[in-house]
Amino acid sequence: MKNTPVKTVVAIGIGAALFFVLGRFVSIPSPVPNTSVTLQYAVAAIFAALFGPLAGFATAFIGHSLIDFTLYGPWWSWIIASGVFGLLSGLLMKKLDVESGEFGKKQILTFNVAQIISHLVCWGLVAPVLDIAIYSEPVEKVFAQGLMGGISNAVTTGIVGTLLLLAYSKTRTKKGSLSKG
Amino acid sequence: MANSSMLTYLPRGSFIHKLTGTTKLCFFVMVSVAAMVTFDTRLLAVLLVGTLVLFKCSRLHFRDVKWVLWLAFIFLVLNHLFIYLFSPEYGVELYGSRTVLFTLTQRYTVTSEQLFYHLNMLLKVCTVIPLALIFILCTDPSEFAASLASVGISYRIGYSVSLALRYIPDIQRDYHDINQAQQARGVDISGKDKFFDRLRGSVNILMPLILSSLSRIDTISNAMELRGFGKNPKRTWYVQRPFKKADWAALCAAVLVLLVTLAVTVHNGGRFWNPFV
Amino acid sequence: MQPIIEFEHFGFQYDAQAEPTLTDINLKIYPGERVLIAGPSGSGKSTLASCVNGLIPFSYSGSCSGRLTVAGVDAPHSSIFELSKHVGTVLQDTDGQFIGLTVGEDIAFALENQCMPQEQMHKTVERVAKLVSVEDLLSHEPHALSGGQKQRVSLAGVMVDQVQVLVFDEPLANLDPATGKQAIELIDQVQKETGAAVLIIEHRLEDVLWRSVDRIVLMDEGRILADQTPAQLLCSPLLAKAGIREPLYLTAAKYAGLTIRPEMRPDHQDTLTLSKEEKAQVRRWFSEPLPQSKAPAGEPLLEVRDLTFGYDPGKTSLENISFTLNKGEMVSIVGRNGAGKSTLSKLICGFETPRFGSILLEGRDLAGDTIKERAVSIGYVMQNPNQMISQSMIFDEVALGLRTRKLPEEEVTRRVHEALRICGLYPFRSWPVSALSFGQKKRVTIASVLVMQPQVLILDEPTAGQDFRHYTDIMEFLRQLNQQGYTVIMVTHDMHLMLEYTPRALVFSQGHLIADLAPARLLCDEQLVKQAALKETSLYSLATQCGIEDADGFVQHFIDYDREVRG
Repeated sequence: MKNTPVKTVVAIGIGAALFFVLGRFVSIPSPVPNTSVTLQYAVAAIFAALFGPLAGFATAFIGHSLIDFTLYGPWWSWIIASGVFGLLSGLLMKKLDVESGEFGKKQILTFNVAQIISHLVCWGLVAPVLDIAIYSEPVEKVFAQGLMGGISNAVTTGIVGTLLLLAYSKTRTKKGSLSKG
Repeated sequence: MANSSMLTYLPRGSFIHKLTGTTKLCFFVMVSVAAMVTFDTRLLAVLLVGTLVLFKCSRLHFRDVKWVLWLAFIFLVLNHLFIYLFSPEYGVELYGSRTVLFTLTQRYTVTSEQLFYHLNMLLKVCTVIPLALIFILCTDPSEFAASLASVGISYRIGYSVSLALRYIPDIQRDYHDINQAQQARGVDISGKDKFFDRLRGSVNILMPLILSSLSRIDTISNAMELRGFGKNPKRTWYVQRPFKKADWAALCAAVLVLLVTLAVTVHNGGRFWNPFV
Repeated sequence: MQPIIEFEHFGFQYDAQAEPTLTDINLKIYPGERVLIAGPSGSGKSTLASCVNGLIPFSYSGSCSGRLTVAGVDAPHSSIFELSKHVGTVLQDTDGQFIGLTVGEDIAFALENQCMPQEQMHKTVERVAKLVSVEDLLSHEPHALSGGQKQRVSLAGVMVDQVQVLVFDEPLANLDPATGKQAIELIDQVQKETGAAVLIIEHRLEDVLWRSVDRIVLMDEGRILADQTPAQLLCSPLLAKAGIREPLYLTAAKYAGLTIRPEMRPDHQDTLTLSKEEKAQVRRWFSEPLPQSKAPAGEPLLEVRDLTFGYDPGKTSLENISFTLNKGEMVSIVGRNGAGKSTLSKLICGFETPRFGSILLEGRDLAGDTIKERAVSIGYVMQNPNQMISQSMIFDEVALGLRTRKLPEEEVTRRVHEALRICGLYPFRSWPVSALSFGQKKRVTIASVLVMQPQVLILDEPTAGQDFRHYTDIMEFLRQLNQQGYTVIMVTHDMHLMLEYTPRALVFSQGHLIADLAPARLLCDEQLVKQAALKETSLYSLATQCGIEDADGFVQHFIDYDREVRG
């Protein structure tokens, strides 16, 4: 189906709902005791790759706002950082034509470089700077926290996102060359 | 399912319920900005009392939000713990004096300034949480989209929010069903498998979830195109209530809070009020 | 009179496809006509509808040839928006098109987009809601509605405009039989009140013919095969040729040796007129003895005892359910949506934990077994294969359950190949799943469950959304599995499936097991039919008309005979 403006509106809505459900209800215990990782950024990256940077921004921004509002009130610095993650990964993944069904080593590299840069910028820069500007939190704490969050998100997005895109691109293969045997 | 812990609209008919969504949105944004900007303890205390009074007036009960408050409490404790662990001298830095109360270790001393900073942070968050709860629990979700549009955000984005709210239960159900079916096949993302295996397992759940969401996007956008969405630069709303006196009053109150905050900030010569000098 | 829709040598080819989907379509539809567009899956009937409402070519790209005029508009050169003023479309997916947060908002959606002032909008919504009897539900959220109610809301949502054409894309899919009947009645009523032309896209002929249509357009392979009155078409061999199932009462009459002629008014079960001799002939056919094939009663396999369950405290979705399934049985579980059918499957699979009661497999209580452990003996196949399939390659998909259990790879390969052979997918083993049709994907999900070598197979709506040909494929395949010794449980709304393939039906209503009997008897019991939201079989009225008192016996005779004839 064509990517019409209406479809982008819908993709943002459904993407945000997915982001919310995954971020709010699904957590995977991580190797560090008593911590867990969440999967929503892998999905946000994929939506950004499929529907563009603006959709990526809105998906993550709305999804994260909904999570925060239903948990402990909005923590704006991180909500904005989430949005920036969607935006950046959308921009950096523009060349990644997932729909074509082509997803080899080069694309895996592009995807991961893009998502790692996006995560680093968001959690290593945007979130802590906003934490300081908005909440006037101490520098050491916000950067340490941002770095931890960034690394864990980048690892999850890297593994889960790559596997998802690999699988997704295979669903795009054209029927042409298939033979029974 | 987890629905019992979800925060959803509680139509209780208080005067806050009767305000338009736009009013509540603007009020929430303005007052929480005020609470975020100022570190003046006196002002924060007034704001906290104010929001607690509003919470009482909104006919919400402690039991409605017990679960959320518990989560917020954990979040707060962790956050404060991190702040202290990383920057035990941050208060000293901010307020420019050092009043040692007692010493834990060489690095970790407890100072009045640090405690005062923590108190202010606590007041801020405690002011915003009831506000957010009031906003989310007393606003009819049907009004969200119209409210966003009325403050100048594109109605298309407003409708995205509306769609997200509409389809969260459906996607939650999809997730639940897919998760169960995959568990039957031995995929378990919360179990005892290795971390990498758990992540790989999650792909087995996410893949069908994403594919079904993508086909859902196609259907929904077809349905919306067929009913003329997005053709006009504007749209009207089935659920949108006219502004009444109370709405103007609430907005004035919010503007007043902002102005007072501004005045206090100017008077203090910055965001911080320093009782230590 | 000018036609409201006119196709002239119209053709369409999707960009992604090598062959045109529609070829040389010539069709005129006049204002106020009721037309059924029937055809098997892939015949182009949905594509035809999408050309009328503009989804083609504006949402799905491709190239059109010839001409298509809708309400005087050159359709392929206008826009979805322009066409939506004349054509209202009710899509198949009742959840996907319910986009408002409440009923009122969803009905008002098109009006909001036209910037109608609020007061006028509320009036229009109320008026239209009354037309389809949802005026008391305006503030309800979608998940508080039944499938039938959602469909009514969708209909109201397109009727807010004064449309001249109403298009229904498979309106009966996803509805239980009783609701489906009401849907057809509603379409009929709305057509009469608005005078709009109605296009119904469906392959379930008998169910649509519950109310009259003026014409049936039969499609196959992108062409119009026939454009006739129902009475004419039912007398021709074209239906069978296109793989459309004719009404059961006509099949029965043919089995009895009658020739169907248009003057018998065969388009409704209650207008069908048979002469004295013809009735006698039906009775004679009924009295002919048939070889009785009694399935040998096996050992008890699955026992459910006093099962009670509720999602929320204080409410029960299942109460005191007890029954026993024997080895090698094939049973249907029927009842309206929300009656507890799916909940029962979930309890058996261990997805949910019962409040009271127990489930035993070969005498062993399953209470302590995890989902993963139960899956070795009980296989569960979801309704929508797309919700189950998580791998991109067929082999990997089928192998998943074995691999997560860390079986050696040679063992995995051996068992996967075996499961694929059983499911007729062996030649496709190295294909990606995405290259398969919906029916083949269904088989993949069955294979991925069979590979665990379970004793019981639970299938949720195994034939949902399938045309007659695919329905027969899937069901014959399941019957073979059953004959190989698998015990098969099917949760279904499909009365044909229940009647033709399962000798036993468990009937659920409001969380209770209200009957456990042969489908032929069930469908002749008015009380049960009503309670379980089913639909009486038309064979019942044929039996009554021919003066046969033992209606159950007649239905059973039909099933047995049908089994013989179809091999």
